[in-house]
Amino acid sequence: MAGHVSVHYSSLPVKNTKSDSEARLVRWILIILAVGFLCLFLVLPLVAIFIKAFDKGSAVFLAAISNPDALSAIKLTMIIALITVPLNAIFGVAAAWAVTKFNFKGKSLLITIIDLPFAISPVIAGLVFVLLFSAHGLFGQWLMDHDIKIIFAVPGIALATLLVTLPFVARELIPLMQTQGTTDEEASLTLGANGWKTFLLVTLPNIKWGLLYGIILCSARAIGEFGAVSVVSGHIRGLTNTMPLHIEILYNEYQFSAAFAVASLLSFFAIITLVVKNVIEWKVKKSEIPEEGAS
Amino acid sequence: MSIQIQNISKSFGTFQALDNITIDIQTGELVALLGPSGSGKTSLLRIIAGLEAANQGAILFGEEDMTLINTKERKVGFVFQHYALFRHMTVFDNIAYGLKVRPRKTRPSKKEIEEKVYELLKLVKLEAFANRYPFHLSGGQRQRVALARALAVEPKVLLLDEPFGALDAKVRKELRRWLRKLHDDYQITSIFVTHDQEEALDVADRVVVMNEGKIEQIGTPEEVYENPISPFVYHFLGNVNLFKGRLHNGKLQHGSFEVDAPEFAGTENREAVGYVRPHDISIEREASPDAVAAKISYIHIVGAAVQIELIRKDEGDFLEVELTKEHFRSLNLKSGEDVYVKPKQLRVFIPEDYSI
Repeated sequence: MAGHVSVHYSSLPVKNTKSDSEARLVRWILIILAVGFLCLFLVLPLVAIFIKAFDKGSAVFLAAISNPDALSAIKLTMIIALITVPLNAIFGVAAAWAVTKFNFKGKSLLITIIDLPFAISPVIAGLVFVLLFSAHGLFGQWLMDHDIKIIFAVPGIALATLLVTLPFVARELIPLMQTQGTTDEEASLTLGANGWKTFLLVTLPNIKWGLLYGIILCSARAIGEFGAVSVVSGHIRGLTNTMPLHIEILYNEYQFSAAFAVASLLSFFAIITLVVKNVIEWKVKKSEIPEEGAS
Repeated sequence: MSIQIQNISKSFGTFQALDNITIDIQTGELVALLGPSGSGKTSLLRIIAGLEAANQGAILFGEEDMTLINTKERKVGFVFQHYALFRHMTVFDNIAYGLKVRPRKTRPSKKEIEEKVYELLKLVKLEAFANRYPFHLSGGQRQRVALARALAVEPKVLLLDEPFGALDAKVRKELRRWLRKLHDDYQITSIFVTHDQEEALDVADRVVVMNEGKIEQIGTPEEVYENPISPFVYHFLGNVNLFKGRLHNGKLQHGSFEVDAPEFAGTENREAVGYVRPHDISIEREASPDAVAAKISYIHIVGAAVQIELIRKDEGDFLEVELTKEHFRSLNLKSGEDVYVKPKQLRVFIPEDYSI
């Protein structure tokens, strides 16, 4: 506002009023507070991770991340992400579709249940599966009889991650699909397209950026999940250790440089997802601007 | 293709959106569904398209019962109020969509599709816009693309939901005339929904006036305008003046004012209302039993006709009178003058519990 006044009367020298300089002061204080807070709690620790990782030179760093246990942890983390992210993407699209395009009883209950993993502690998400599938669990005997291992094995880790990352895609798509409504799909139907073609040619392109955004958030969480995975994994080196678990083990064994080396790799993944996320946001904004301008 | 709408009823929860609607639409007719919002006109259109299912009744296209056929198989062209163009497709791809999604057996070749699309682009005068995206187009252009897209699949029936509702007045009028011409050239049975009485009277062969899920009147624009069969239709189609009074000996009376109401000769002592269009009123300088005293409050002289607002002296109600310019000049009326207002053609209704 203040800027406007001086622009309009630029021919007359206007003295800065008192409220003008006050507003500026407040603005600067807020900016400094926000930036300072971010530096202290986000940037500083992140920098510390990378400094610590290279503390004993790049040789130690390389050795830490090329250690067989580390490699198997990286591999397992990737496998878990590759299992859970596509499943949750499919589930998310299906759930968002159901919630936004149809009316049915128990719709609001479904939305609440989708949010549940956000509300409960990841440790509980892990414990649930222990209660169900461990040796003394509900299905424990049956699983033993059929020689199926879920807890302390890859399926358990996948299940726990699946549960924790369940809301990401659906949560991203529901508001988007709600604002888009159903007329595009109806138009497609009146033009003779069947349901599948309508989804593929009309719905999917309309939601692609939202979907990608949800998938990225989902991947980031799937890679970084600690609590739920820790409960079901059993921490078997080279077998059921994901990257976050491996870092914890290294740290507990006082191998600080190695721990931070793997941590820096994990942080690196996180930074990449952030960058991709921002590029998508920027793309979405760019594709929306002409829409607003024309209407 | 004729359309028969038979005893269609639809309710949303406890709200009765449509109540036993029956309309016969002839092949090649252009019919307007006219009514205020909430009258059920859009619901009816969506039921005809198969986008909504009726609770009761049947829809027939020609002799074929369509009630249980889904939208995809009904072969209707549907034009949405807010265009519903696919925003990630060019104008060309939007229009080609209906042909491209056909199963391989019935799909035209790429070249045929292209020819068809350019033929339609020419029809809607948008040849130069084939490779633009919808957000580059104005509202009127978008609606024309939507129409071309609907026509591309050669529908047997064209359904338009408030097609010009979101456009400004000038574009609206242009598109209206253009739609009429298109309809005359193609002879495709069309139904369009509107809340704009001028639009309905201007374009349609027949108008279906709807209110609260029921049909008030069906007729040609002239019939529904000149001979409304209910107070609602009177109110909804154009301006109207009310003369409240009591029926007595075949006359409508109020104080010293009385006019003939021969159709109510047998009705004694009932409250009634006379309805008069502004152009069915004359202004006199002399008092007479069938005129009421009024004071001219405002004279509006823009356009072909002169609109005069008066205040009745006995009740203080507003009256609206429309005179031709010549007549207005010969009377030499001034604002603030006392005159007598005489209904030339008045239709009496006994008020029931209706509301507008």
